[in-house]
Amino acid sequence: MKKRILSALLAAAMILGGALALTACGGDSNKLIMATNASFPPYEYKDGENFAGIDIEIAGKIAEKLGKTLEIKDVEFGSIIGGVQTGKFDMGMAGMTVTEERLQSVNFTSSYATGIQSVIVADKSSYKSIDDFFNLDKDGNWVSVKDGVKIGVQQDTTGDIYASDTVENWGFGENNVIRYKTGNEAVLALTSGKITAVIIDNEPAKSYVASTAGLRILDGAYTEEQYAICIAKENTALLEQVNKALEELIADGTVKAIIDKYIPAN
Amino acid sequence: MAEWFNELAAEFKLNFIDGDRWKWLVQGLGNTLLITFFATLIGIIIGILVAAVRSTYDKNSESFAARGGFSWLLMRLVNGICNLYLTVIRGTPMVVQLLIMYFVIFASSTNDRLVACIAFGVNSGAYVAEIFRGGIMSIDNGQFEAGRALGFNYVQTMIFIITPQMFKAVLPTLCNEFIVLLKETSVAGYVGMMDLTKAGDLIRGRTFSAFMPLFAVALIYLVMVVILTKCVGILEKRLRKNER
Repeated sequence: MKKRILSALLAAAMILGGALALTACGGDSNKLIMATNASFPPYEYKDGENFAGIDIEIAGKIAEKLGKTLEIKDVEFGSIIGGVQTGKFDMGMAGMTVTEERLQSVNFTSSYATGIQSVIVADKSSYKSIDDFFNLDKDGNWVSVKDGVKIGVQQDTTGDIYASDTVENWGFGENNVIRYKTGNEAVLALTSGKITAVIIDNEPAKSYVASTAGLRILDGAYTEEQYAICIAKENTALLEQVNKALEELIADGTVKAIIDKYIPAN
Repeated sequence: MAEWFNELAAEFKLNFIDGDRWKWLVQGLGNTLLITFFATLIGIIIGILVAAVRSTYDKNSESFAARGGFSWLLMRLVNGICNLYLTVIRGTPMVVQLLIMYFVIFASSTNDRLVACIAFGVNSGAYVAEIFRGGIMSIDNGQFEAGRALGFNYVQTMIFIITPQMFKAVLPTLCNEFIVLLKETSVAGYVGMMDLTKAGDLIRGRTFSAFMPLFAVALIYLVMVVILTKCVGILEKRLRKNER
């Protein structure tokens, strides 16, 4: 008898738990849920208790235009698109570049900022340009990566995707890339000499170099790219709304003002 | 039904066949097994040493104290160090220990695998030590006395009488610890190591589908644990043969 009561209780608890989980999933149409990875200054980072950065502020303005309250979820970069796809988040905004692969899974709005991938090295290292990481043929083409060159990247970012490609495709090859969860950790590994260089977006690269002694950014960009917001394929209504809001914000100079606020013109 | 199957096949191809992504899983699995194996070895060695010190202290502290002098002082010091080790290792999360090992203690090392093996081994050692100590303490004191009566000294009694019995008693718990260790290596991705979980993560980050990579990784872990459990089960049965 005791066993039966126990199992009935257990079943009831499970059903209750399931019901709770279901109600928690039911979206609130007055909210605009944005997924980001808040370790990417100055686009998104934590400022004390709150989120700050270019993407956060632009998203705030977009939410304002749509008459919704913005809710920010800080998740791993690699989980953003998956979450947007399944409807867990309304949109993903994390200094995200439009790529062919990503376009197969989600839609992107028009671009709101341009980013470049930069290379950070230790101040005392002898590397002067990206070519120095490679053995060159007599025409100056990359043949192979020099021995001992290890590139640190933030996992799943475009820096990771480009750098881990083969040398023919302007990458360093899978085996010469070490992937960290955050850019912070990659930079930490660089300062302790575990890796040769970090490839990451230029703006966070500048913040890292400014806040860490003994690092510098190599001249010349590794790649150039356009940042955009990703939205689920089915959610074309939201895509239209956000695109329209973004257009207005770009036209009236709000976006530029926000970017200038975080990235002083050099 | 056919459509559903086709979708599944397409999903499978995208996640594992395209871009040779299955190779990540193989590489990850290799690293996971390697870390687990060496961490287990290190854990057992540390565990035996620490358990020997702690149980010797527990069993003989009175007679040592009565004798006093240098050996009593030394005994207390070594026991204190072991206690400190157990407290620190069992009191802090594995991920934090791994990060400390990687970014602080072995900051200048470029051999990631070695650092990971040491980090997981040192962690496991603490748990194994307590398992062994528990096993030793659970053996009836009469066994000790019998050993001594037969003319064995303390160390001989330990090795020939206590340890074999202890090992049989702790085997299920020990197996449990290794299962936990195997699964715990999934945090190695935090320090850039390519383990099985990270491999799944990487596929997820490239294909943006959650189902296939996560379930594949889960399945591989499950199979490994099932095999491990089976092996220990066989060993247990063998060891029980001489009973009665």
